[in-house]
Amino acid sequence: MSTTPAKPKLATVWLDGCSGCHMSLLDLDERLLILAEKVEVVYSPAVDPKEFPEGVDITLIEGAVSSEEDRHKAQLIRARSRLVVSLGDCAVTANVPGMRNYFEKDELFQRAYVENADAPAAGEARRARLPVLGVPALCPRATPVHEVIPVDLFVPGCPPSAEAIWLVLTELLAGRMPQVAELTRFGA
Amino acid sequence: MKAEEMLNLAEKARQDLDHFQHHIHVCTESGCQSSQSQAVLASLTAEVNRRGWQDRVWVKGVGCMGLCCEGPLVKCDDRLYQRVRPQDAADLVASLEAEPVERLHCDTEQPFFTRQKLVVRENAGKIDPESLLDCLAHGAYQGLLRVLTEMTPAAVIQEITASGLRGRGGAGFPTGLKWSTVAKAGGAAKYVICNGDEGDPGAFMDRSVMEGDPHRVLEGMAIAAYAVGADHGVIYVRAEYPLAVKRLNKAINQARRHELLGLNIFGTHFQFNVELRLGAGAFVCGEETALIASVEGRRGLPRPRPPYPANEGLYGAPTLINNVETFANVPAIIQRGAAWFAGIGTAKSKGTKVFALTGRVRNTGLIEVPMGMSLREIIYDLAGGIPEGKAFKAVQTGGPSGGCIPAEHLDIPVDYESLTRLGSIMGSGGMIVMDETSNMVDVARFFMEFCMTESCGKCVPCRVGTWQLHGILDRISRGQGKSGDLNQLQELCAMVKQTSLCGLGQSAPNPVLSTLRYFEKEYRALLEKAPAAGAAPANSAKTVALEVAP
Amino acid sequence: MKAVSATAASLTLNIDGQDLSCRAGETILEVARENGIAIPTLCWLEGLSLWGGCRLCLVEIAGSPKLHAACATVCTEGLHVTTNSPRLTHYRRMIVEMLLSERNHVCSVCVSNGHCELQSLAQKLGVDHVSLPYRFPKLTVDNSHDLFRMDHNRCILCTRCVRVCAEVEGAHTKDVKGRGILAAIIQDLDQPWGDSKTCTNCGKCVNICPTGALTHRGTAVGEMVKKQEFLPYLTLMRGCGK
Ligand SMILES: Cc1cc2nc3c(=O)[nH]c(=O)nc-3n(C[C@H](O)[C@H](O)[C@H](O)COP(=O)(O)O)c2cc1C
Ligand code: SF4
Ligand code: SF4
Ligand code: SF4
Ligand code: FES
Repeated sequence: MSTTPAKPKLATVWLDGCSGCHMSLLDLDERLLILAEKVEVVYSPAVDPKEFPEGVDITLIEGAVSSEEDRHKAQLIRARSRLVVSLGDCAVTANVPGMRNYFEKDELFQRAYVENADAPAAGEARRARLPVLGVPALCPRATPVHEVIPVDLFVPGCPPSAEAIWLVLTELLAGRMPQVAELTRFGA
Repeated sequence: MKAEEMLNLAEKARQDLDHFQHHIHVCTESGCQSSQSQAVLASLTAEVNRRGWQDRVWVKGVGCMGLCCEGPLVKCDDRLYQRVRPQDAADLVASLEAEPVERLHCDTEQPFFTRQKLVVRENAGKIDPESLLDCLAHGAYQGLLRVLTEMTPAAVIQEITASGLRGRGGAGFPTGLKWSTVAKAGGAAKYVICNGDEGDPGAFMDRSVMEGDPHRVLEGMAIAAYAVGADHGVIYVRAEYPLAVKRLNKAINQARRHELLGLNIFGTHFQFNVELRLGAGAFVCGEETALIASVEGRRGLPRPRPPYPANEGLYGAPTLINNVETFANVPAIIQRGAAWFAGIGTAKSKGTKVFALTGRVRNTGLIEVPMGMSLREIIYDLAGGIPEGKAFKAVQTGGPSGGCIPAEHLDIPVDYESLTRLGSIMGSGGMIVMDETSNMVDVARFFMEFCMTESCGKCVPCRVGTWQLHGILDRISRGQGKSGDLNQLQELCAMVKQTSLCGLGQSAPNPVLSTLRYFEKEYRALLEKAPAAGAAPANSAKTVALEVAP
Repeated sequence: MKAVSATAASLTLNIDGQDLSCRAGETILEVARENGIAIPTLCWLEGLSLWGGCRLCLVEIAGSPKLHAACATVCTEGLHVTTNSPRLTHYRRMIVEMLLSERNHVCSVCVSNGHCELQSLAQKLGVDHVSLPYRFPKLTVDNSHDLFRMDHNRCILCTRCVRVCAEVEGAHTKDVKGRGILAAIIQDLDQPWGDSKTCTNCGKCVNICPTGALTHRGTAVGEMVKKQEFLPYLTLMRGCGK
């Protein structure tokens, strides 16, 4: 009797980002099929499981850490993953989500939910209000992932190209640390 | 003026002094002035006049007598009085011919006074710095006279070299070597600059020399100018020293009027003029190239060296730049000889050093001691130890460029090399003593904040590095440090030290490195207080989802 | 820049193992460049006065414990220079990280994305993240000039603009205010650029700025407005056809 050796487990996570890095991942196109043969995708916006599983080999994180939920997730991911990869500028530098950091949180809420609210229609109550229930608390600042948890590999780019992502995955699966500087950079 | 004229004036001034039976000296330097010594001087003068003793008692304002914490200090003949108030005048004047006033007694037999060795400050407390005649009576400009009439420039440089004098501005560069470099540099115009910027927190040695004996500084500069072939001098003083500015201005004017500055000094072909330039209080303007830029009317920014000012300085001309105290040593060396000077101090650090004692010691103020005296002697004997029965913890020397020295090293001799070996520096002479209640991380944070705000911003490692270092120190001292912080501190310190453009950045990490070296425990204790990294925050996303209501 | 006469004495030195000769008065940087040896720089620019502030060009000289700025060090006979070592690379990376942490560099939305010396230097040196905390300062954009824009978020204070303006254009419109981390480029007496009476609109500063701090107006995505009224006759023609 022979058992097929277990495939490495891959997870991808979407924190405070625009999903562009995941789009770039999907840009692997037909190489996705090769990937599917080599790894088991155990958690991702593209698959069903809702709970981040134990024993993940590689986790790609897209997005900055902006809310308490992000922070909690990041810590959970770190505890349950062997290799954590910051994928894309938001995860690596806080990038666009970090542009709110020049303002105090209160200023930000005022601007987003009060000043920018639609004017009430005639006879309608004022629309402007701050979200209260069911939304995770916003951190004072959006931060790169590595300010919250240790990160093993950084892949800058907005988004990193499919080529860069392919290099990262194939090299990691081959047991090597990929050199991504040739293929991507901040803002690429 | 001619040599004889000066000698005659000096002689006459001495006779005038002897004419008085009693002398009352009131310290009128910044320290004592801030505790109303001007009013004390006025009421003593009034009391003398009231008694009609004007012809028998000479009341005058003098330079700092050292024990600033007990000021205002007043000397009546040989008796020293402390904490004198204007209403004490009657008793003090009466005591000139009676018993001393016990309640104001200041013990001049205590080690604070007896263990000092006065060279730079030999006239402090004796002369009225605003009176040229009084200065002449005490030997001012006799060194210059000797140099101009008996010595060649080369012989002067030889004398300074042989004395072993080293720069008192911080780095301890051999003064004779510097002078001979400038002397050798080609060029028609050369300059001499006196660095009186004194920007270190807690330092006031140079201020005291400029306020207490300004002619000595001028004389030292003139001798240097003769030696290196310069005919123009600049004194750069921070504008925060108004009294020093006033007295230097007065001294320059007096010297000019009496032709001790100007053309044909003492009838020789030597000419020398001095002007005063005020700095706007930037620490970095004490750095020589930044200082020169500031004198030239540009932003006070350092530039890469070489070329050193000795070759390309003020307006591109060879420039000798020395510290106030360095110049103030020169007249004494010329008058008493290199061998005498070299006989004071240690093998490599000659002469005396003035220190400003501050912090947690009984006696705060100014002292001048021979190089090589141990820190223990300075702190426990001269400074009288730590008050309120507290334990000594560390002494900070060298200001923001220096470091903290712990109790186990108190027995080292104070000289350039020993202090450097311990991770500190001699610096300009600030000495801040800390007791057991001081937190050393706070101390490091304080100095880093100083360097951060005083960084000129020209080079990246200092501009951003000091900000980053301050951020780490600040969060550690607030109990919010992270686990990798100590490593990051070390790494940043090494980088800022090695890559910064000027001495400010290159030495800014010293207070951090020395506290890490001797007091790492305190850093660790604060780090242990910090919330453990990696632990889930109290309000995790699943449970709390609230923001302020509208 | 030092004037080097053609007859100046020549010297020999060794850079990265190559025996080279140069004229007296040349800097290590000049000699390295002439011989195809790359030393990273940001503040140095040929034709402008020496600044020596970015510290990227630091090199090692045998026998000296210190590091020396190649742009500011004049060659002497027999120098043994190393322009690349693990220590130098480490420090250069830290300098780039410091610059990226100091102000707000959001390359993805920066007008200079892809044409920026800081960005490409980061890539060349392998800076794939910034290990220091970001400062996230709140900075302004000076939009007052008709032709140009100053975005303080992207400025690295290399002062190339200040020097080119004073030394080449002769206007000295720009300078630096403040100290340390608060230093900033100003126009005249800290006036809006558009109000400057001394700016000659020459654009030299814009073209030598290494980053996205100084740019031509109209180059940001949001400014890419089409001006259809530019061709009024189209509507006229359409009117005719009716
Ligand atoms: C940041 C910085 C501040 C300095 N401040 C002073 C100062 O206030 N007074 C001074 O005499 N030297 C100061 N120096 C040292 C001067 O650059 C210079 O070395 C000194 O004036 C030379 O004089 P000396 O040879 O007599 O010591 C400073 C150096 C640095 C790097
Ligand atoms: S080390 Fe600091 S003070 Fe010196 S040039 Fe650099 S930024 Fe200016
Ligand atoms: S200036 Fe350069 S490094 Fe800065 S955001 Fe723009 S592209 Fe990026
Ligand atoms: S605006 Fe550009 S050229 Fe000027 S200092 Fe800033 S980065 Fe340098
Ligand atoms: S290029 Fe030499 S310091 Fe900037």
